[in-house]
Amino acid sequence: MTFEEVFFYFLAAGAIVSALLVITRRNPINSVIFLVLNFFFLVALYLTLKAQFIAIIQILVYAGAIMVLFMFVIMLLNLGDEKRLTDRVTWKQFVAIGLSLAFVMQVLYIVGFGETAEMKTMSAKAVDIGTVEYIGKELFSYYVLPIEAISVLIVAAVVGAIVLAKRKFD
Amino acid sequence: MIETLLIAFIKIVIVLLVLLTAVAYSVYAERRISAFIQDRLGPNRVGPFGLLQPIADVVKLVFKEAIVPRNANKPLHDLAPVISLTVALATFAVIPFGNTITLFGEEVKLIIADVNIGVLYILAFSSISVYGIALAGWSSNNKYSLMGSLRSSAQMVSYELSLGLAVVGVIMVTGSLRLDQVVMNQTNYLFGVLPAWNCFVQPIGFITFVVAAFAETNRQPFDLPEAEPELVGGFHTEYTGLKFGLFFLAEYAHMIVASAIITTLYLGGWHLPYIDMIDVSPMLMSIIGILTFVIKVTLVLLFMIVIRWTIPRFRYDQLMGLGWKVMFPMALLNIFITGLILLLLQ
Amino acid sequence: MIPLNFYLVLSALLFTIGVVGVLTRRNAIIVFMSIELMLNSVNLTLVAFSSFLGDATGQMLVFFVITIAAAEAAIGLAIIIALFRNKQTVNIDEINLLKW
Repeated sequence: MTFEEVFFYFLAAGAIVSALLVITRRNPINSVIFLVLNFFFLVALYLTLKAQFIAIIQILVYAGAIMVLFMFVIMLLNLGDEKRLTDRVTWKQFVAIGLSLAFVMQVLYIVGFGETAEMKTMSAKAVDIGTVEYIGKELFSYYVLPIEAISVLIVAAVVGAIVLAKRKFD
Repeated sequence: MIETLLIAFIKIVIVLLVLLTAVAYSVYAERRISAFIQDRLGPNRVGPFGLLQPIADVVKLVFKEAIVPRNANKPLHDLAPVISLTVALATFAVIPFGNTITLFGEEVKLIIADVNIGVLYILAFSSISVYGIALAGWSSNNKYSLMGSLRSSAQMVSYELSLGLAVVGVIMVTGSLRLDQVVMNQTNYLFGVLPAWNCFVQPIGFITFVVAAFAETNRQPFDLPEAEPELVGGFHTEYTGLKFGLFFLAEYAHMIVASAIITTLYLGGWHLPYIDMIDVSPMLMSIIGILTFVIKVTLVLLFMIVIRWTIPRFRYDQLMGLGWKVMFPMALLNIFITGLILLLLQ
Repeated sequence: MIPLNFYLVLSALLFTIGVVGVLTRRNAIIVFMSIELMLNSVNLTLVAFSSFLGDATGQMLVFFVITIAAAEAAIGLAIIIALFRNKQTVNIDEINLLKW
């Protein structure tokens, strides 16, 4: 195995284990910590794919803003441990896990039987595409309408969050 | 390959040693200056002028008993100070502390990691530094700690916006996210005389950035997360011994890193104005560059310390009001003006 | 060189973990985090395709997905806080006002 492969397997294993820990912890704060860890593994994976802008945005927005918001809410509500995790195993959960496994099988089947030549090696343009300059130029020329639309959406989200979080005046 | 790794390793070791020593002595400087301002003597017993005081402090902290509250979340309680210090030290990796130096026939760049998204790297790491404080407050299982960390999360998230938007102005002027490029851009002269430092080019951005940096480092007048009269000690109420020491180091490391960032982005970095008009050898030039950087960082650090002992603490609503109603619009205005001027100069 | 398939399989596994989280957990905040996991696995697919095919569209989409995720987190958490204020719980089994 080359160094590259070992590194990939390490990152993949880290991402999967931390993701499993996210959904199995009882205490939501621990879930937040493992989700942040998961994001860092993903950041490293993005860097192996030469997507440096996406990698740094992942830290900046996901780890730095969104997860802080989650942690803030958990601390604010002072949620303790979730007591009924183990003693309420219903048939629904088995169905859920079974369906998910079926989904994985399906994806593995599709992926395993559909490999073409361009899926073997990374494109030579990958390094250029990942830079801030390239993404910025694309974003403000070809994608200018979507970005304006998304800014409207963000404003709507801000207004919505304030309206929802504000206490009603008596 | 081995050679580059070795050079990087040596740079990391030197920078870490200098940084940690500087952290220890900035604590000493803070105590002496506060004593001077309050007409006291300050620490003067250990060694000449009390210069060995930091060592005594560290020894004391190491030998203190480490107490963890009974209902605390032990792993997170241990993790929090480590996150705080690591993030502060890691930010220093992209800051250029000199131009290039030629040693043993090899040209070495005086920056640990010369990445082409240095500015974004700094912003990313400053945004995750909130975890240390938030986790410390939550895991201690103490209401004062929790309130301190809630305040700090809200404060840091709010001021991060103005911090990031203030930097946008610098990026627009420079046209690059590389920090050495940012410094290079400041080695020119405005109208032939004034050094083109970004604090002259971007006065509004400079003020916004400095205020936001104060808030991000939890320094006075924005040290509400640890406001002693209200919250006992804020997020580190329940910390003792070495773990408290780590928080203490982290706070000063954050200050030094913030000063270094302010110096790099706005005060010309390692550039000493007018030195390029006289003829000096390249070797001397490199050393002058490093010294200039160190002196500038020290001055900004002293400024931060003096501010702490001069200005009273803000109230929490005032702090949030300032962040959202003054700093945020000012940063946006700065971007608008910068864009307008750049457009007109084209 | 790691082939594209490895990334796709990894992302499918992460997505499934997210699905299992959504379907099995009762804490609304953890359900939310599982949704973030799913979004991130999709992002990984998009970035992988973008790098392998030499087309920037994938990374543009990731940029938009991250923006949407930020907006969604803000709104979703505000809803959770509002719910908690009214019902003192974040257990999604006990929040069934819209059931009929």
